[in-house]
Amino acid sequence: MTASQLWPLYEIFIRARGGLDHKHVGSIHAVDARMALEHARDVYTRRLEGVSIWIVRSTDIIASDPADADSLFEPARDKVYRHPTFYEIPDEVKTL
Amino acid sequence: MYSQGLDNPPPERMVPAAAVAGGPGERFQLRVDAEEKIEPKDWMPDGYRQTLIRQISQHAHSEIVGMLPEGNWITRAPSLLRKCILIAKVQDEGGHGAYLYSAAETLGVSREELVDQLLSGKAKYSSIFNYPTPTWADVGAIGWLVDGAAIMNQIPLCRCSYGPYARAMVRVCREESFHQRQGYEIMLKLSQGTAAQREMAQAALNRWWWPSLMMFGPSDNDSKHSTQSMRWKIKRFSNDELRQKFVDFTIPQADYLGLKVPDPELRWDAGADCYRFGPIDWTEFDEVLKGHGPCNRERLDARRKAHAEGAWVREAALAYAAKSRPATAGRAA
Ligand SMILES: [Fe+2]
Ligand SMILES: [Fe+2]
Repeated sequence: MTASQLWPLYEIFIRARGGLDHKHVGSIHAVDARMALEHARDVYTRRLEGVSIWIVRSTDIIASDPADADSLFEPARDKVYRHPTFYEIPDEVKTL
Repeated sequence: MYSQGLDNPPPERMVPAAAVAGGPGERFQLRVDAEEKIEPKDWMPDGYRQTLIRQISQHAHSEIVGMLPEGNWITRAPSLLRKCILIAKVQDEGGHGAYLYSAAETLGVSREELVDQLLSGKAKYSSIFNYPTPTWADVGAIGWLVDGAAIMNQIPLCRCSYGPYARAMVRVCREESFHQRQGYEIMLKLSQGTAAQREMAQAALNRWWWPSLMMFGPSDNDSKHSTQSMRWKIKRFSNDELRQKFVDFTIPQADYLGLKVPDPELRWDAGADCYRFGPIDWTEFDEVLKGHGPCNRERLDARRKAHAEGAWVREAALAYAAKSRPATAGRAA
């Protein structure tokens, strides 16, 4: 098969129940979105694992580089004052 | 998993990660030691990547080839319900293959390469699927023993250091329990049936017992590549540990059926709190692995035929998708 004959890859996200986020479950090869949806149904929801499916072309996902994780997330590291536990409140003060 | 017995990469791949102090190899090993999961875009030693590609794809191939011996019985299952159950099980195995191929692809290998490796005979799959299924009882024995052994292998893989493999295994393990239970139930029904049915169940157990024990791979003394896989936390238990656990779980189940495993040396060792079993015939294992099992040829021929006969469907689907795509939303497929 030449490269142009390969079926593109789609990432599959499933909402397990109403009220929950869609969660990444895996990927699937399909010729188009409709086939991806149908195959995702067969591969990932054979036991009522979901009430909704999202599919995204894998090449459309833009991801951060793990090598950049330090510099990317570093700004949040020293901002402990963003957490409630940073503040010292006397025990006598209730419901705060 | 069906790959415990196969997970021996070529020696040149097993050069340990360069453990230069402070280097990426050392940082990688520290993350693994700390039970952090490794994700697709993370730095990893080449040996780790190659070992995983090999193991995950062999595992995927095993799921796919594993559909054949049982698929053989779908049209002849003894009732409509048994037919539905068997279709569901075989479909699950196809699904397992799909989850695992996706996991392997995250390591930078394409689905087509993997399929080609299987069809060309370059890649291995579990030897267990090179045995025939002459009777309905074989379907029972496969579910009970082969899926049972697979579960034993697969549960520790849910904690494998490579995230996509571990997550795929969680999904697989959730589905395997049904496979084992439906198989045991077939054996139960047969063992409670007529004398001929009991004989059929016993004969199937005789056929599948030793091959199932071989699924755990060579004995620890001969399994030279285990250490590195353990260090990388791809593998958590040795072949012999898992095999022993399988025997200890399975013998009482056979007793309940009133069936005997074909091992004259089998005995309970009260002191060690485990069963002792006779020696495994590794020449048989090696022969089947080399391609001289009863069905090696048939299995590969069936896969090649299915792939070749499906080619026009794959091409037509792609052509149809290209044609139906609106010109404005056009994008290279
Ligand atoms: Fe499976
Ligand atoms: Fe299974």
